[in-house]
Amino acid sequence: MTATLIWIFVALLAIGLYLSWTAGRLDRLHTRIDAARAALDAQLLRRASVTQELATAGVLDPAASIVLYEAAHAARQAEEEQREVAESELSAALRAVFEEPAQLEAVREVPGGEEATLELAQAVRRVPMARRFHNDAVRAARALRRHRKVRWFRLAGHAPFPLAFEMDDEPPTALADRPVS
Amino acid sequence: MKIGIVCPYSWDVPGGVQFHIRDLADHLIRLGHEVSVLAPADDDTPLPPFVVSAGRAVPVPYNGSVARLNFGFLSAARVRRWLHDGTFDVIHIHEPTSPSLGLLTCWAAQGPIVATFHTSNPRSRAMIAAYPILQPALEKISARIAVSEYARRTLVEHLGGDAVVIPNGVDVAFFESAEPNPEWQGGTIGFIGRIDEPRKGLPVLMKALPAILAERPGTRLLVAGRGDEEEAVAQLPKEMRSSVEFLGMVSDKDKARLLRSVDVYVAPNTGGESFGIILVEAMSAGAPVLASDLDAFAQVLDLGAAGELFANEDAAALATAAVRLLGDPERREELRKRGSAHVRRFDWSTVGADILAVYETVTDGAASVAADERPGLRSRFGLARN
Repeated sequence: MTATLIWIFVALLAIGLYLSWTAGRLDRLHTRIDAARAALDAQLLRRASVTQELATAGVLDPAASIVLYEAAHAARQAEEEQREVAESELSAALRAVFEEPAQLEAVREVPGGEEATLELAQAVRRVPMARRFHNDAVRAARALRRHRKVRWFRLAGHAPFPLAFEMDDEPPTALADRPVS
Repeated sequence: MKIGIVCPYSWDVPGGVQFHIRDLADHLIRLGHEVSVLAPADDDTPLPPFVVSAGRAVPVPYNGSVARLNFGFLSAARVRRWLHDGTFDVIHIHEPTSPSLGLLTCWAAQGPIVATFHTSNPRSRAMIAAYPILQPALEKISARIAVSEYARRTLVEHLGGDAVVIPNGVDVAFFESAEPNPEWQGGTIGFIGRIDEPRKGLPVLMKALPAILAERPGTRLLVAGRGDEEEAVAQLPKEMRSSVEFLGMVSDKDKARLLRSVDVYVAPNTGGESFGIILVEAMSAGAPVLASDLDAFAQVLDLGAAGELFANEDAAALATAAVRLLGDPERREELRKRGSAHVRRFDWSTVGADILAVYETVTDGAASVAADERPGLRSRFGLARN
């Protein structure tokens, strides 16, 4: 009798430990998503600011300046639900303006243009990186949260179901003189 | 930035991953970062100042060849100490799925972790069985890097998720500026790699050699690499054996000189390659490259634009292509030019900047690396009793 009780106790303890370990795993994943999201936000903001700087610096022709300024402004001001669309539009605007390598050369030639293009090239390169890392974290968390043990024991608590950040982040070819990845 | 790099394979044994880590660490230190590399090594091997030994590695058959790996309590303790002493901003684990230091570090650390996946094995039984064990460790990795589009595809298929593609780096200037050796010039074909490892493809080249010699009698084959030389030429007719010169293990400098000197560099590898750094090195040195059409090789050679490809394991196709190249100086000059332009993207200046961009992206929103102080088993029991 006591032996059975002890075995039941041991089994419950093992299950408890396993669940607590899984909850810890999930918690870590949520932290990772938060960090990745913060990094993505930082990169998107950086890209929008560099674009806005370029647009207001008077180094581009007026039409291109207005297109870039509009898009950068919209991306920075967008509400959470419209963010993905606004950021995609900024990518499209950047591609439209910097499609011609000649345009980039023109910007490089003005004083301070070299640094500005370097910053922009860095920004358009890092946005897709940060987005990939964010969505990778989201995928891992979703895979675990869909598992039975997590749903049945409500291990995720009140944390919202993580969503991927979907946008068009293709950089302008003239700025990304790197192997196609 | 304080960067910790974890090497899964023994530092005493030369290998692609080890060289990559050595060059990456050199590059980062030159840029003013603090770098510490944790690697398995025998206690009596001389190590560069930035390498910390994680103890002796045990030889285990893994991934088609014998790998020297680290595991067990002692290694885990050393990993924890290294993490604790290092106070890194970011750690960069190489090959986190191999049962060695990489996996141990994944278990023991928390914070920004970057991982590079080098191999692209077809999905193995062991991998499927190990999946539930691997997953909790792998999901700690904040950023994944694959060395080629091919490696990324296998990674996505096996483990899900996504990765950025950053190729392996090469010091292009080092190969470009090497002095050609006159002894190795004039109708020569180069091969570098382990002689006794069939997947490096020397047997295919040996099979093609009689046909090449029949067309171009003066041709010499220069082979650099470890292995049994007698056995390698055993298939070859006796009178042809003198056309093959074995150089044994060569230093980095001689490797660059060899690649500068040869008329054609042949890479007949039959599989198991995820990148092909030797092709990039050959192109940097200005050697026209003829390689088997493995996915990874085709990608490094820009789908045949920067070097010629032949059907994998097809000795006849290899012979035809080699004869054509040896007899066509203009085509070789063209490949030389295209290769030199193509390798710019593999230079450490480009690759290093990309890797640093990954480090900066993952450290942006996160705290620094620490040992993962999960409640130990004892405290959990203590909690349960309360």
